[in-house]
Amino acid sequence: MSATTAVLRAETRLFLREPGSLFWMLVFPSILVVIIGLIPPFREPGANGLRVVDMYVPIAALLAMIMGALQALPPVLTGYRERGILRRLSVTPVRPYALLATQIGLHAASVLGSTLLVLAVGRLAFGVALPGQPVGYVVALVLATLAALSIGAAISAVATTTKAVTAIGSVVFIASMFTAGVWVPIQVLPETMRQIIGATPFGAAVRALDQTMAGSWPSLLHLGVTALWTVVLVAVAVRWFRWE
Amino acid sequence: MAIIEVDGLRKAYGGRTVVDDISFTVEEGEIFGVLGPNGAGKTTTVECVEGLRTPDAGRITVAGLHPVRDRDEVTRLLGAQLQESELQPKLTVREALELYAEFYPKPADWRALAERLGLTDRLTAPFQKLSGGQKQRLFIALALIGDPRVVMLDELTTGLDPRARRDTWSLIEDIRAAGVTVLLVTHFMEEAERLCDRVAVIHQGRLAALDTPQALISRATGATVISFNPSGPVDDAELTALPGAATVRRQGDEVVIEGTDTTVNALLTLLAKRQVTAHRLRVGQATLDDAFLGLTEQES
Repeated sequence: MSATTAVLRAETRLFLREPGSLFWMLVFPSILVVIIGLIPPFREPGANGLRVVDMYVPIAALLAMIMGALQALPPVLTGYRERGILRRLSVTPVRPYALLATQIGLHAASVLGSTLLVLAVGRLAFGVALPGQPVGYVVALVLATLAALSIGAAISAVATTTKAVTAIGSVVFIASMFTAGVWVPIQVLPETMRQIIGATPFGAAVRALDQTMAGSWPSLLHLGVTALWTVVLVAVAVRWFRWE
Repeated sequence: MAIIEVDGLRKAYGGRTVVDDISFTVEEGEIFGVLGPNGAGKTTTVECVEGLRTPDAGRITVAGLHPVRDRDEVTRLLGAQLQESELQPKLTVREALELYAEFYPKPADWRALAERLGLTDRLTAPFQKLSGGQKQRLFIALALIGDPRVVMLDELTTGLDPRARRDTWSLIEDIRAAGVTVLLVTHFMEEAERLCDRVAVIHQGRLAALDTPQALISRATGATVISFNPSGPVDDAELTALPGAATVRRQGDEVVIEGTDTTVNALLTLLAKRQVTAHRLRVGQATLDDAFLGLTEQES
């Protein structure tokens, strides 16, 4: 077994020892779909022919990203630095970025797993159609996940302590929940508001996901906005991250 | 053969020089101590050797390798216990040992290490549940798990109770007996005196002394301290004139002389001649503590 595999195995075990994080990342988005779906008026088609539960399936996928990449990931990364775990690792033949990359990978995997669960629950329990444009959906989903992870990485880079991570994280969390449409679906907001939200990473991502759910290819504008945010935030994370 | 060579090391943080022109070599198989008051630059020096910091000037080699450029090779032959580092809170002792063993090409047997360090009954305990002493012992085990040629131990007995400290000392002697070179950063003089073949005393970022503990002690002024209560009057001038006497002072009725072994014999002869009895006569040997204080008080 190589050192990288050993790190992956150990970190996966540790990841599974956080039931709180796992619940919010993996289970809660699907529970939200179930709750929405159980309210009778939300199963009635609206003006655009979509039911509220239909609109909430892409939103719940974003919720999984917000929980995983913004809530769960940054305290882990910053804690590893703050506790000197990265420092201890840097005097071994293993480079400390292996630990960060493993944690980012585990969170990404659970976000994608949670999304699959959301789609399955929506389909099986409430007959929500699967993405009409599956390839486009995967492209939009992967891009949105990368954007979410880059936000999380940027937060843990600029925050020097785990306390600061929690403070910054909460603000970004509330803003992201709003732009992703968790509280109010974007479709019901006025046009100006929708355009502003469309310029945010999750605002653009939710629209790209909506388009692919409806069966069309995601517009380059939405994909471009999400990608641009990712590039900028990765640059911020790389520029400001401190190993100790 | 020198396994660690440090030549003209300099390091500054934001314009403040922390290490200023330090040079020393550590021979293979020795226990080398780095002593100094807090903030003297000990840890910075050691971190440069470990490759955690890049020096501003100077040359460092570990077994002929560059600590930063030859990172992979150096980390394989050097084990380190750092000041103030932790492990993942929920990682168990056993998982930590198994994980770190995977990092090295020819690791030591982690079960034997756990046994030697008294961690066997804590193998399933997560790191966050360990006591300070247990954490410290786990870090010593992790420093040794790669079967290194050099181990760097930074303040390793800090936080250990006296019993555990003595156990750790005998462990370090065992490590050396197995042919491993040990570099020990400490502020416990007793530890350095007991363990180290040679010590470097660092003071205000500079090398204040580099010698065996015994040589440092005998070089210290007033290596022998004599104190007594004379039964009758003795002239200070006669005491000061005693061979080897460095200082003479009076504390109430008590006379305290700092000198050498010869001072003791000469004093007894003098007192006999004056028919003065020395009550409560005590002769004490200086320790590394005294030598250390002498070296680090000169400039400050």
